[in-house]
Amino acid sequence: MTEFLQATVNGIATGAIYGLLALGFVIIYKSSEVLSFAQSGLMILGAFWVVYFSSVLALNFWLAVLLGVLLSALIGVAIERSMLRPMVGKPAFSVAILTIGLNIALTVIGFDLIGVEIRSLGDPWGIQKVEIGQLVVSQKDVATIVASVIVVGALLAFFRYSRFGLAMRATAIDQETALAQGIPVARVFAVAWAIAAGLATIAGVFLGAGTGVTAAIGVRAIRALPAAVIGGLDSIPGAIVGGLIVGLAEAYTVAYQAEYLGFLGQNFSTAVAYVVMFFVLLVRPYGIFGTREVVRV
Amino acid sequence: MEGAVQLLEVANLEVVYHDVVLVLRGISFSVPDGQIVALLGANGAGKTTVLRAISGLLDVHHGDITKGEVRVDGKATHRLTPAAIVDRGVTQVMEGRRVFAEFTVEENLRVGAHTNPDEREENLARVFDLFPVLKDRRKHTAGYLSGGEQQMLAMGRGLMSDPRFLLLDEPSLGLAPLLVQQIRDLIVEINRQGTAILLVEQNATMALSIAQHGYVMETGKIVMDKPADELMRDEDVQEFYLGLGGAGGERKSFREVKHYKRRKRWLS
Ligand SMILES: Nc1ncnc2c1ncn2[C@@H]1O[C@H](COP(=O)(O)OP(=O)(O)OP(=O)(O)O)[C@@H](O)[C@H]1O
Ligand SMILES: [Mg+2]
Repeated sequence: MTEFLQATVNGIATGAIYGLLALGFVIIYKSSEVLSFAQSGLMILGAFWVVYFSSVLALNFWLAVLLGVLLSALIGVAIERSMLRPMVGKPAFSVAILTIGLNIALTVIGFDLIGVEIRSLGDPWGIQKVEIGQLVVSQKDVATIVASVIVVGALLAFFRYSRFGLAMRATAIDQETALAQGIPVARVFAVAWAIAAGLATIAGVFLGAGTGVTAAIGVRAIRALPAAVIGGLDSIPGAIVGGLIVGLAEAYTVAYQAEYLGFLGQNFSTAVAYVVMFFVLLVRPYGIFGTREVVRV
Repeated sequence: MEGAVQLLEVANLEVVYHDVVLVLRGISFSVPDGQIVALLGANGAGKTTVLRAISGLLDVHHGDITKGEVRVDGKATHRLTPAAIVDRGVTQVMEGRRVFAEFTVEENLRVGAHTNPDEREENLARVFDLFPVLKDRRKHTAGYLSGGEQQMLAMGRGLMSDPRFLLLDEPSLGLAPLLVQQIRDLIVEINRQGTAILLVEQNATMALSIAQHGYVMETGKIVMDKPADELMRDEDVQEFYLGLGGAGGERKSFREVKHYKRRKRWLS
């Protein structure tokens, strides 16, 4: 039972990280109908900025996170303005491929900046554990869960109550009608990329916290894509739920698969997200909360 | 110079879709401040295209202005973004209502207030005053409103930007006669409160019964340009746009025109 609970906490924490990444994907998709595969690249670059502010410039960790998120958001805006804006009206598939190229570029630049060593984020959690009754969980997991709840809550409030958040939702529903109301749709796209880049940076911070930032976190971030598909590409709650499903599935696989399904090998947990995605899509073609066809070819 | 006059002008406008389909072939007309102007024409004549050209929505449809200008108070607006055009006081209510179905009535209205957040409460009060049903339903999901209510919501949303010129694209489309009457009266009231209206309609009787001036379009050209009452009496218009039956009814609504007509406000 304890093992199960520990795997659950760990799965929720990892799932929250996938959820943040998937959320960025969904927000870009809903706002601009661009399928962006650049989330993991944005995350690596974002994590590097936090490393840079925190370790190299020796700033306070929280300040470093704040600066890293802001800088990433600016980079997100710059990417949208320079690379995506000229693609408005171009075939969705071509634009998606473009974002794959963008992801490679961001990843290469990020790796280059990070270098071969493990770079510490200077986070306050390290590898310490907390005991909650019989449960021993890492502080980092608890921090991840708490931070994700705050970030997602703030984002939902932004979409629900703020003028610009409402404008973004309106744009997602019907772009032409949003334009007719005087909503600057181009700015909506830019803000979507800013939010996605900011979320990716926060995800990178929690993936790298404790163990440190290495090139390997980029590989894990790619699992946010099946998470987004599972939840439904156009659903904000779906991104979170999809992230949690993938996180939990991975954690349980790590905990039990060797025992019960040993023949699948040692690292099957890295593939389980796609297995879950397969079964979800069999039952629900647009994901759990998804509503629309994505690309009509 | 016309520059001093308060009006919305379309001058010699030519519009092409997809670089090849010429849809407007040199259209000119104007909407003076405070008036109701009707733009009539059969299906496919290009009425909606005119409105898109004015409000900056051609881009979305791969359309381009290849010649001519749109001016507000003498200043060209046809190269501006839709947001900037709304800022200049020109708002379009699109054909087919286009309410945000999953939003509440109030959220729809808040979206309409995007360019004008400071006066949101005043404008909201005015819209609820004009359309009490929207006030009653303010927390309801817009998608579940009736067609007439959705039309009111679309118009109310357009008014939230407090436009000087409201462009209405077939507001009576698909509504029962009684509702058409109601929408017509609301347009008159909106106009009475100081908003000029460019009214695109298939229902020529309704449009001409409240407009001061009317234009008739045919395949991308203006083929008639007359005061509304003259258009109403014009034989061609009667034949092609007013239909044959119901002449008695037409006359009746025509008499109401006199009643609704207001002092023209050329200078506000
Ligand atoms: N996006 C587009 N691409 C190509 N042609 C278009 C496009 N939109 C409209 N058209 C064409 O332009 C012409 C004018 O269309 P428009 O919608 O402006 O007419 P309308 O007078 O509003 O008609 P209706 O009364 O049916 O609404 C039509 O022949 C139409 O087929
Ligand atoms: Mg039309």
